[in-house]
Amino acid sequence: MELHISTGDGVPIYLQIANQVKYLVACGRLGAGDEIPPIRVLAHQLLVNPNTIARAYLELEREGVVQKRHGSGTFISDAGSPLAHKERLKILAERVDALLAEARHFEVEPAELLRLIKERSQSIQPKEGK
Amino acid sequence: MNTPSAANVIEVAGLNRTFGSKLALNQVALKVRRGRVFGLVGANGAGKTTLIKHLLGRLTPQSGTVRVFGFDPVADPVAVLARTGYLSENRDLPGWMRVEELLRYMQAFYPGWETAYAEELRQRFGLDNRAKIKTLSRGENAKAGLLVALAYRPELLLLDEPSSGLDPVVRRDILEAIIRTVADEGRTVFFSSHLLEEVERVADDLAMMFNGRVVLAGALDDVKENHHRLVLRFESAPSSPPLVEGMLSLTGNGKEWTAICNGRQKEVASGAARLGGRVLAVESPSLDEIFVAWAGAKPE
Repeated sequence: MELHISTGDGVPIYLQIANQVKYLVACGRLGAGDEIPPIRVLAHQLLVNPNTIARAYLELEREGVVQKRHGSGTFISDAGSPLAHKERLKILAERVDALLAEARHFEVEPAELLRLIKERSQSIQPKEGK
Repeated sequence: MNTPSAANVIEVAGLNRTFGSKLALNQVALKVRRGRVFGLVGANGAGKTTLIKHLLGRLTPQSGTVRVFGFDPVADPVAVLARTGYLSENRDLPGWMRVEELLRYMQAFYPGWETAYAEELRQRFGLDNRAKIKTLSRGENAKAGLLVALAYRPELLLLDEPSSGLDPVVRRDILEAIIRTVADEGRTVFFSSHLLEEVERVADDLAMMFNGRVVLAGALDDVKENHHRLVLRFESAPSSPPLVEGMLSLTGNGKEWTAICNGRQKEVASGAARLGGRVLAVESPSLDEIFVAWAGAKPE
């Protein structure tokens, strides 16, 4: 499992880990039943406090992304696919938020932005019959 | 009272220290919980080393109290030092000794010394048994000091600027040692640093010190959640810099200003709105930005 921790931005590390695992699930690089590394192993790999990893895993468990199996480890849960869709939307929502913030900077109203999105969407769609 | 507190390994309250006319520690109070990694952050000369010397009983409090494992380190140094591994800022190891002599020498002091573990660390750190301490490189010297601090598996690991002036490979060894220590149930790490990137990676809790005072202490996640970077825009440039509640620092000019604030996001944002500004963005600052903001903040 390949994760990258960045300490430059303001996002807490446990959240970075949880978000990246969800991202890996959403894009199919982690599937139902795949095992994720034990807390200590990941702590050493990322050089991050084990309590932080534990908190990330707890968060993922609470949201149903992973399941702890007694005595064997932590695995991506079976309810992978509906969640994956929800996660995809969540990742997009973050991008949309950033876009909205930028629109505010430029004093572009959301309605106008929406028109722009539709317009762009039509212009990048493959033309029929070609 | 000398009953060790179950929850707190270190308790400091109302600690003052002056050197001549300089107030080196000013009403310092902090608690370090068992099983946590505690990062002490501050610029050079903020009082970090002075505080650590009090924890080791090398300095006597002029006023206030210091307890480590519930003991006063000045009155009861053995009770504290036998359970504490310490890496000093100056790595004051005897230069004339060879590495193997250093290990035998330290072994004699600590009943809990684990020969096999010490050997494992020596090999992992690539230290030559026959090499004299004074011929070691700066990084090797730090590793020798770290080895000595770790080899009796102390309940408390006390590191004073462990990474200062070291290359990334040795810094990695030090971070690994911290993680390994705290991954063992019930052990505690207290380290001082001005490398905020490292503090952010390994600390559960942190305190920031400026000019002898602890200005901020708490769980790292809480600290990050309670600081915000606000970008404000005003219809017309305010005649004086806008003063937002809980503001630590302010940059900008004319119509657009960026403030680093401490407080709940809603309160901070509504405070900004009351000044007539539009909040363009509320972002999470990095620990670096938080530190710099506090460094420049005026003490109340």
